[in-house]
Amino acid sequence: MIFWDLFWTFFKIGAFTFGGGLAMLRIAQEQVIAWGWLEESQIVDFVALSESTPGPFAINMATYVGASQEGILGAACATLGVVLPSFIVILIVAHFYKQFQSSHIVKGVMTGLKPTAIGLIASAVISMAITVFIPAGFSPSLFRSTEFYVSLVIFALSLFLVFSKKIKIPPVLVICISAGLGIAAGYAFGL
Amino acid sequence: MSSFKKALKLFITFFKIGAFTFGGGYAMIPLIQHEVTVKNKWITDDDILEIVAISESTPGPIAVNSATFVGYRVCGVLGSIASTLGVVVPSFLIMLVVFFVLDEFQHLKPVQYAFMGIRACVLALVLKALVSMYKKCEKTWVSYTVIAFSVITSVVIAKFVPINTFYIIIASAVFGLVSYSILRRRANK
Repeated sequence: MIFWDLFWTFFKIGAFTFGGGLAMLRIAQEQVIAWGWLEESQIVDFVALSESTPGPFAINMATYVGASQEGILGAACATLGVVLPSFIVILIVAHFYKQFQSSHIVKGVMTGLKPTAIGLIASAVISMAITVFIPAGFSPSLFRSTEFYVSLVIFALSLFLVFSKKIKIPPVLVICISAGLGIAAGYAFGL
Repeated sequence: MSSFKKALKLFITFFKIGAFTFGGGYAMIPLIQHEVTVKNKWITDDDILEIVAISESTPGPIAVNSATFVGYRVCGVLGSIASTLGVVVPSFLIMLVVFFVLDEFQHLKPVQYAFMGIRACVLALVLKALVSMYKKCEKTWVSYTVIAFSVITSVVIAKFVPINTFYIIIASAVFGLVSYSILRRRANK
């Protein structure tokens, strides 16, 4: 049943996410695509929406995917699923937090989990990059497509804005600028 | 204050935090700290640091973990339910609206053009998040090994053999535990 599938999939995603919401991107890509809930390009769109709306990434993701499948009820099931592992674990840990914090097992496990979160985000970035720049697979005709160059220019500009130490603008604004450039380029080149 | 009133206060506080913080869970931490230690004086500075540290090493989104923990500290299970709901409900509602609005207008040309631009931009944003996580990570050979292992297995090897990411995470946790134990034993000798 779809409601159970949504709940259980996001429960697993919630239980395996360490080090913040973005770390779940790789698992989410894999699971959501395996179920056929979203396509790779829709996931990239979703990440954009999540960056431009308030709230934790995980909740946004669960709500969006759930809503795309079964409306409000689907969204509720997926969101409940992603929250429940946190909720249960914290209630347990709240009782033993002294032991938890000094536990060498926890420390040991975390020395593996922190870097794997980084590695998994990196691989999520790689597959996002493929989706953005070479959606139809690699071929020589890629270098003749205007869309490729438009994406490249917008990417370069965003990189500059995001990493620049002098210009401090919020991510939402960078997204708005890119959207504007996308619209302008789309009409200018008749894509 | 009755526990019901406290729970209501928790709900409202975390609702505000959930509704006005852009940029995910990490961006919420300073707000949560301010609200619970300075404004409401529910928890001391030291305790909140401990709560954040634990939230980072338990599964799930950090914002939800710390909300649940703070709620529990302030007024038990009722408090934890109130603050968790508070932090979740705003983004749930906003995302629902965004989804339905987008669903309606997705087929329009300007919207598609806008997303062409946004997709390229998002890549830069995620890259930025990745770099700042990397900067915070301890630079040891264990970290490098695990990062390399995760990237290679999930990008290269997964192209040929289907590998579930859950197993990559479990393997990294086991590797971390084993190497940590070995290094500790050596240090103790």
